[in-house]
Amino acid sequence: MRVNFTVNGRPQQADDVWEGESLLYVLRERLGLPGSKNACEQGECGSCTVRLDGVPVCSCLVAAGQVEGREVVTVEGLAEYARQRAEGGSCASGACGTTLDEAKGWSARGAGPQTGEGAPSPRAALSPVQQAFIDAGAVQCGFCTPGLLVAADEMLERNPSPTDEDIREALSGNLCRCTGYEKILDAVRLAAARQERQGEAV
Amino acid sequence: MDFLRPASWEEALAAKAEHPTAVPIAGGTDVMVEINFDHRRPEYLLDLNRVELLGEWEVGEEDVRLGASVPYTRIMEHLRAELPGLALASHTVASPQIRNRGGVGGNLGTASPAGDAHPALLAAGAEVEVESVRGTRFIPIDAFFTGVKRNALQPDELIKTIHVKKADGPQQYSKVGTRNAMVIAVCAFGIALHPETRTVRTGIGSAAPTPVRAREAEEFLNAALEEGGFWDSGRIITPSIAKQFADLASAACNPIDDVRGTARYRRHAVGIMARRTLGWTWEQYRGGARTLEGAA
Amino acid sequence: MTTAQNTRATAPAGTPTKVTQGSQGTKGGIGESTLRPDGILKVTGEFAYSSDMWHEDMLWGQILRSPVAHAEIVSIDTSEALAQAGVYAVLTHDDLPTEVRNYGLEIQDTPVLAHRVVRHHGEPVAVVAADHPETARRAAAKIRVEYRELPVVTDEASALAPDAPVLHPGRDDRPQGPPAGSGPGETPIAGHVPHPNVVHRQPILRGDVGAARARADVIVEGEYTFGMQDQAFLGPESGLAVPAEDGGVDLYVATQWLHSDLRQIAPVLGLPEEKVRMTLSGVGGAFGGREDLSMQIHACLLALRTGKPVKIVYNRFESFFGHVHRHPAKLYYEHGATRDGKLTHMKCRIVLDGGAYASASPSVVGNAASLSAGPYVVDAVDIEAVGLYTNNPPCGAMRGFGAVQACFAYEAQMDKLAAKLDMDPVEFRRLNAMEQGTIMPTGQRVDSPAPVAELLRRVKARPLPPERQWESTEGADVRALPGGLSNTTHGEGVVRGVGYAVGIKNVGFSEGFDDYSTARVRMEVVNGEAVATVHTAMAEVGQGGVTVHAQIARTELGVTQVTIHPADTRVGSAGSTSASRQTYVTGGAVKNSCELVREKVLELGRRRFGTHHPAWAHAELLLEGGKVVTDGGEVLADLVDVLEDETVEVEAEWRHRPTEPFDPRTGQGNGHVQYSFAAHRAVVEVDTELGLVKVVELACAQDVGKALNPLSVIGQIQGGTTQGLGMAVMEEIVVDPRTAKVKNPSFTDYLIPTILDTPTIPVDVLELADEHAPYGLRGVGEAPTLSSTPAVLAAIRNATGLALNRTPVRPEHLTGTA
Repeated sequence: MRVNFTVNGRPQQADDVWEGESLLYVLRERLGLPGSKNACEQGECGSCTVRLDGVPVCSCLVAAGQVEGREVVTVEGLAEYARQRAEGGSCASGACGTTLDEAKGWSARGAGPQTGEGAPSPRAALSPVQQAFIDAGAVQCGFCTPGLLVAADEMLERNPSPTDEDIREALSGNLCRCTGYEKILDAVRLAAARQERQGEAV
Repeated sequence: MDFLRPASWEEALAAKAEHPTAVPIAGGTDVMVEINFDHRRPEYLLDLNRVELLGEWEVGEEDVRLGASVPYTRIMEHLRAELPGLALASHTVASPQIRNRGGVGGNLGTASPAGDAHPALLAAGAEVEVESVRGTRFIPIDAFFTGVKRNALQPDELIKTIHVKKADGPQQYSKVGTRNAMVIAVCAFGIALHPETRTVRTGIGSAAPTPVRAREAEEFLNAALEEGGFWDSGRIITPSIAKQFADLASAACNPIDDVRGTARYRRHAVGIMARRTLGWTWEQYRGGARTLEGAA
Repeated sequence: MTTAQNTRATAPAGTPTKVTQGSQGTKGGIGESTLRPDGILKVTGEFAYSSDMWHEDMLWGQILRSPVAHAEIVSIDTSEALAQAGVYAVLTHDDLPTEVRNYGLEIQDTPVLAHRVVRHHGEPVAVVAADHPETARRAAAKIRVEYRELPVVTDEASALAPDAPVLHPGRDDRPQGPPAGSGPGETPIAGHVPHPNVVHRQPILRGDVGAARARADVIVEGEYTFGMQDQAFLGPESGLAVPAEDGGVDLYVATQWLHSDLRQIAPVLGLPEEKVRMTLSGVGGAFGGREDLSMQIHACLLALRTGKPVKIVYNRFESFFGHVHRHPAKLYYEHGATRDGKLTHMKCRIVLDGGAYASASPSVVGNAASLSAGPYVVDAVDIEAVGLYTNNPPCGAMRGFGAVQACFAYEAQMDKLAAKLDMDPVEFRRLNAMEQGTIMPTGQRVDSPAPVAELLRRVKARPLPPERQWESTEGADVRALPGGLSNTTHGEGVVRGVGYAVGIKNVGFSEGFDDYSTARVRMEVVNGEAVATVHTAMAEVGQGGVTVHAQIARTELGVTQVTIHPADTRVGSAGSTSASRQTYVTGGAVKNSCELVREKVLELGRRRFGTHHPAWAHAELLLEGGKVVTDGGEVLADLVDVLEDETVEVEAEWRHRPTEPFDPRTGQGNGHVQYSFAAHRAVVEVDTELGLVKVVELACAQDVGKALNPLSVIGQIQGGTTQGLGMAVMEEIVVDPRTAKVKNPSFTDYLIPTILDTPTIPVDVLELADEHAPYGLRGVGEAPTLSSTPAVLAAIRNATGLALNRTPVRPEHLTGTA
């Protein structure tokens, strides 16, 4: 079957999709967006978390056919999503108003073999939560990181000043096997503090 | 495999009538696991995401008409006052991501004895409105579960709405899992006080082939509360009544040993949860039911 | 609108990239918490893990696994599977290209594809390549295999019973050098073991146990059970094999040791090693579970057979069958002590279940035996550790292996002794704590700091977390209570407990293994700046080796910009990312190669500028801040001017001090190169009625010698601590003792801690240098995994008063309903 939907503001079409395929498979294997991770494929780890019409979901449990006409934001689009939210207020629809040209410029990264020197393209500097994960040492193997970032970013959108228990609850669907979570808590606190400071400065 | 995408409820019913083996998929939280792990290869998948009425709810005089696909997150956020037991149960479901997609209709469709919503529905009192091209049926929740992962649906029927009685008293829900979040129930217990009828209803999860009510425990407690004038006096329930209630709740279990827990443990834990949740709800009732909301 | 599929290049997408990290404004050398060079790629989703590999026209591989644990394969019929549209190949044992059909880390006993018999649930029987994963799955389902089931061996009794099936008849392995009993009349076949179903046995005898026992005022015994833990790394086993024009194959894969894989893969393919070019792709965690091969050979076989790139990705269900687990163990201990609290002797017997194939079992047995006394002074010991062959899932490497199981038992014994002597458990441990100079049961002298007593003192001195933190003005916050979100208690039945434990782990490969690493370091001028490139085959599995390598190069070479070359087999072996060894050994190799590069650079400088300044000939010279400086700080030249357009490159091996095998009969020998120590204090709250546990705090103190990157060190300690917590209260692969089949191969029923299960983990880092190690460092990764589990168990015992002789402890064990 054919599926048309929007990913990170950009219209996408996938052809010859087997009806049993998940959104996760389509993103990773058909659209060249492997940032969402395939750790358990049973909704028990959160590594594949994306936003579907603004709502965090496990993309492994969304049938590809169910996303027809809908908006998806993945970790690859998180920085841009956060940037537009900061500039233009909330963006819960997931559409974010990215123009097609912008989207094309953005998506040129990550297709084909990477040549990068680890530097992000200037268009998409890191979102506060992405930067905080690096700074706080919340990344080790990094396999859980994309899902955690999408979940943490969404929590901070809803709850800019979370308590530790709020953070724990919001991230309780994202397993990490490397860090023991302490640095992840640090990172989310750091992102919240930085956002707060940014907000005060405006 | 074919993927059916009805745009309306009528189309969904027509599709189900045409393909009775079609597996409905809404939140996908059960069906997709089975597909991903190659446990199931249905001939047809019937996507219900496009059927808007399934995602809606309405608070009526007597009950809440809950669309089958209303995500657990919505129930937690919007129906804590009307459906406190179900809101608490919703909060124990898997993870935030799953609660954003899954709903009570899917839980009922799968009819797992471990389904988190079931004990809360049994305790609150509910009817499941199912429909096919042949017409509509209202199945009382007590008659809905017919066996391990089996329910009273006919092959051409779909779950449309769950009519849950609005709380007229405190409700509570407890679930044991071996992890502090994202865990399938080892066993669960729901309780609802119904001061209007001066009755107490219960629900037990994951401790019998189907979700069940602890009927003898309810009958005992209803009688004891009535005889002791507890509803009027608001006195503290005596430990012996609470213990008898807990023992009868344990006795209502018919559990198995499995990888998640032993039968003995399940029986034991249901008793503990019965005693504790009775204590919590009764405290709330005595306190004038300041709020009917759970701690969800 | 475009379909992104068409925009992919033909080279495999996700080919690992060079990661360059500059450090503006900071020197970024050792001792600093520099940030990961792969951090940006990892937070943007661009970091290419092995499961992200993609190639135009690639096929998908699927493995058919045995549904039973022990059976004879009567027949295999692949015809129907092969006839499916979209299927390119179906291979069984008979299709293997050479006579080398087994592989194995220490003993080559594992069939690439089952031959005549399957020995465990989930053993690979056939492989399929097809154009879509679903096509491959459907084809695999159409392979007809007829099994004739055989009785299963599941424990020591059934393995050694007179009529026990011998799982590996005709063994001729000698994993430990010459067999013990090579005297006349003794069997020469694996002669160090009493029975062919015993993979390996290591006794250790020291002192006069009988006399020491007679001096004991108290004796405690214990029988302990340690469950089967899974590494549960998140990135599934996966990779991409691409056939090459020269008849070889390029393999992109997640592993812990490229060259060990290569040594096992090439002979099976019938290729020389240089035709199997391996590149490390992104590794989503490892923890020992990627030390053995998983899909490597299967992908290569399919790629070579079909002439097309083949990708294999396990799903989580398959992952539980696709890698070895931590050995479950039975441990029998006896300790004695005098009235004043001094240990007299220790006797123990440790039985480790290695499952169907050997994997790392011999080394696990060696560790368990040699570390079975723990970090204590005990002069008389009688120790025996054995590893079994059974039909249970194969077990091998997992973080802290051998030492983890022993620590659980000897720490329980310490608490029992303290209780019996009416002593404080920490004081009792400190009284018996080893220190530098202590002689181990193996006769080896501990020749670097061993601050066991100090670590215990530090975790004990830490203030306890406040009681009843779950209480708030709005009532109980269930998220901070046992049961968490499941709302099981609002404080009812909750009792607090506190427990302590300390452990000892060897660092690096032991028992005479030639443990070395290789580093190629290059220095040159790029864009007017002296820069360095570090190329090793070290598997970065998340631990942060790449961060540390760049730090070492900056410290040694005085450069800012360091490029970490992707790890591959175009450079010599780095050894395994395991045994807490990589910072020590490959870090040591990088340091050594940097020093050799520095010598060459200085030689260049002397040639060019030696006549300009006498210091070139006489002073101790350093490279700092892009310049050659004297140890007095005088600048002699800019590196740019020294190097000009020359490239200085060195590839060199580096090894730590040699170790010796343990004597097969007495266990004596200088078997280990370094020890590491960590202590934990666990504070738990137990719902004693429901048997649910909330760990409130899990404080750790560890000696790391020298923290090359403090942020990474703390991350390792917190991560290891959490895996130990999981082992204490939830993690266990459950195997049916009647059928040897795995009952919970999924993340639904194999539970690992969530963020709501994991407490605050305060870490106290000691840095007491080991003068034998590079920079004085001590391997970090494993020690925290040892003491975490027994500390939590001790705290639960403290809260409940129960004996609790097994881990993980489940609710039924705490409520008498098992």
